[in-house]
Amino acid sequence: MNLTETLEGREICVVGGSGGVGKTTTAATIAMGMAARGLKVAVVTIDPARRLANSLGLEELDNEPRLVDPGLFADEGLEMEGELWAMMLDPKRTFDDIVEKLAPTPEARDEVLSNRIYKELSNAVAGSQEYTAMAKLWDLHEGGDWDLLVLDTPPSRNALDFLDAPDRLTHFLEGRALQVFLRPTGIAGRIVGRGTGMVFSVLRRVTGVDLLEDLSVFFRSLSGMIDGFRSRAKQVNALLADERTMFLLVTSPEREPIDEAIFFWRKLKAARMPFGGAIVNRVHHDHTGGAEPDDVAEELPAELSESVAAAVLESFRDYHVLARRDAANVEHLAKQLAGGRGRPADGRMMLVPHLDEDVHDIGGLLRIHRYLFATEAEREMV
Amino acid sequence: MTTGSDANGVPRTARDHLPSPTQVPDILDKRLIFVTGKGGVGKSTVAAALGLVAARRGMRTVIAEVAGQDRVLRALTAREDIDPFCEYELADRLFGISIDPEHALQEYLQLQLRVRQLADLLTSSRMFQYFAAATPGLQEMVTMGKVWELAQLERRSRNATRYDLVIVDAPATGHGVAFMRTPKTFADIARVGPIAHQGRIIHSLIVDRRRTGVIAVALPEEMPVNETMLLRDEIARHLGLELDAVVVNGLYPDRFGPRQAGSLARALETAGTPLARAALQTALSEHVRARAQRDEVARLSEGIGLDPVELPFLFEPELRIDEVGRLSETLEAGL
Repeated sequence: MNLTETLEGREICVVGGSGGVGKTTTAATIAMGMAARGLKVAVVTIDPARRLANSLGLEELDNEPRLVDPGLFADEGLEMEGELWAMMLDPKRTFDDIVEKLAPTPEARDEVLSNRIYKELSNAVAGSQEYTAMAKLWDLHEGGDWDLLVLDTPPSRNALDFLDAPDRLTHFLEGRALQVFLRPTGIAGRIVGRGTGMVFSVLRRVTGVDLLEDLSVFFRSLSGMIDGFRSRAKQVNALLADERTMFLLVTSPEREPIDEAIFFWRKLKAARMPFGGAIVNRVHHDHTGGAEPDDVAEELPAELSESVAAAVLESFRDYHVLARRDAANVEHLAKQLAGGRGRPADGRMMLVPHLDEDVHDIGGLLRIHRYLFATEAEREMV
Repeated sequence: MTTGSDANGVPRTARDHLPSPTQVPDILDKRLIFVTGKGGVGKSTVAAALGLVAARRGMRTVIAEVAGQDRVLRALTAREDIDPFCEYELADRLFGISIDPEHALQEYLQLQLRVRQLADLLTSSRMFQYFAAATPGLQEMVTMGKVWELAQLERRSRNATRYDLVIVDAPATGHGVAFMRTPKTFADIARVGPIAHQGRIIHSLIVDRRRTGVIAVALPEEMPVNETMLLRDEIARHLGLELDAVVVNGLYPDRFGPRQAGSLARALETAGTPLARAALQTALSEHVRARAQRDEVARLSEGIGLDPVELPFLFEPELRIDEVGRLSETLEAGL
């Protein structure tokens, strides 16, 4: 797999995977690498924990992309032929912006923005974080200011939430049941029949009057924007499914994230989303060259003290266990990606070794960059 | 699976007699512990190990996983399929439950309405299902309701086991604080009525340092350490709580001191075979990582003002009950 080729002509790169696998760092490195090759790239992250900001030396990322000082890369020996921009998504602000745009009247807008449910809990609306990410991505893409947008997906434990999000958000705003709910009055009782009236009275016993009232206002005011939400979700889905987009998966070589990556990949396939490949971070490679780790005992220089030699052997054995585990898990992933049809999966996978140093700055991104953007020949060397 | 209401054989500890309000008890003398941290740091493993520690000390303990997660349960029962909302017995005195929002909601309604038929009327109504799915934060709210219920000496559920300690494997950091705050948020919005009342009761348990503790789990790396400090600030700001303990997971063994590292580097130059060079290189890499990790632990310790409990990196393909047992011994010694 070659990233430059994989992303050739693409306008959007969505980076998915479970939490803790280095997804944000990988997204930033891809964006940096493509920018170095002459593109104007923006990387959008949703991680509430400001990791990308740390990586890029930005004090504060707001809801608009900011240009990352090219000098930072020059200092580390990377020539930026293009531009790297970075932004951290503020879901609440993005949601406010959407409401602003979609509200049919200023009154409707104010009704939503001042609603207590909206103010306190809109972050908890099923799929809202993912929806806002998609909406922002759509806006940035429409603006046409960037050659490539790299999206770091939300750190949900379930990577799938991301793909379903637009649908989930619009589904809850549609449908007859909600229409009924929007009129929880005596009249509604007559219109919708006795059954619903009873449900309401029971519901009120649980929620209390105030909460039900606030919820009702919340749903009613948002429902005026359903068409807007729906058409956006449709456009976003269309954009993600077509050839301007590329999905990449990031994982670490442990069993759980690998399984999650496979799950996500199946989902992508079922939804006919364009899949570019999987990046496996922090892989322990086998350095025994086929020998048993214990064989090294005979070969260590005699000058090492007995205790140090014993510790070397112990550590070599330990890492060999990890290397075997990683190899098995990576092979499992490769088999799945090949679809069991004997096609080689190598072209759809890229391994980044477990580096000695932790990645948290531009220097770290550059170390990852060496692997992600290596030529085939260079990769052989690794 | 658990059976019956069984309070036999449980050594009575001081936990029924809460200490004076000014005194914060030891973490294991609390009733409810939230284990928090960002994704991928090993929260579930720490929650499981902590559960083993508490159970060994004679406490009937339950580990609660939320949002339909069941990693602890799968690891400790060696089952593939876990029934949500069932209380499984994992070891002597140790239980586990995976709280899914659907069951939590159903139970919540039953407890609130006290009449099964009324609760059924709601849950079987399509309109209500719709309402439940659409109401922001409702899932978190009813999940917290179940956590609270588990922590009651008199459980509301019939025939339920009485627990001395509830350990919650909380959602990843950013979400974790919002999750813990949900009852308060609902109480504020609802103002009056059953949800407001219930929300306040749950919130008062969560912010009571005598009864509730928070453990942060981190990795000894730059960004997880920064995030742990942020977490500390957030729980103070939003909940008035402090971290009771910080657990650093995955520490590489410190097999080589600086002097040994020097001799490794010299040996690398004279090593005659590729295998020997690979082994020496591996040892040197480990040395570098182990050093960097210890620097991060020191930074964390200074930033938080607590000595973190250190758990070793385990060179195992998968963490199963034996490994969790080993970690629990280290954890116990460190707490």
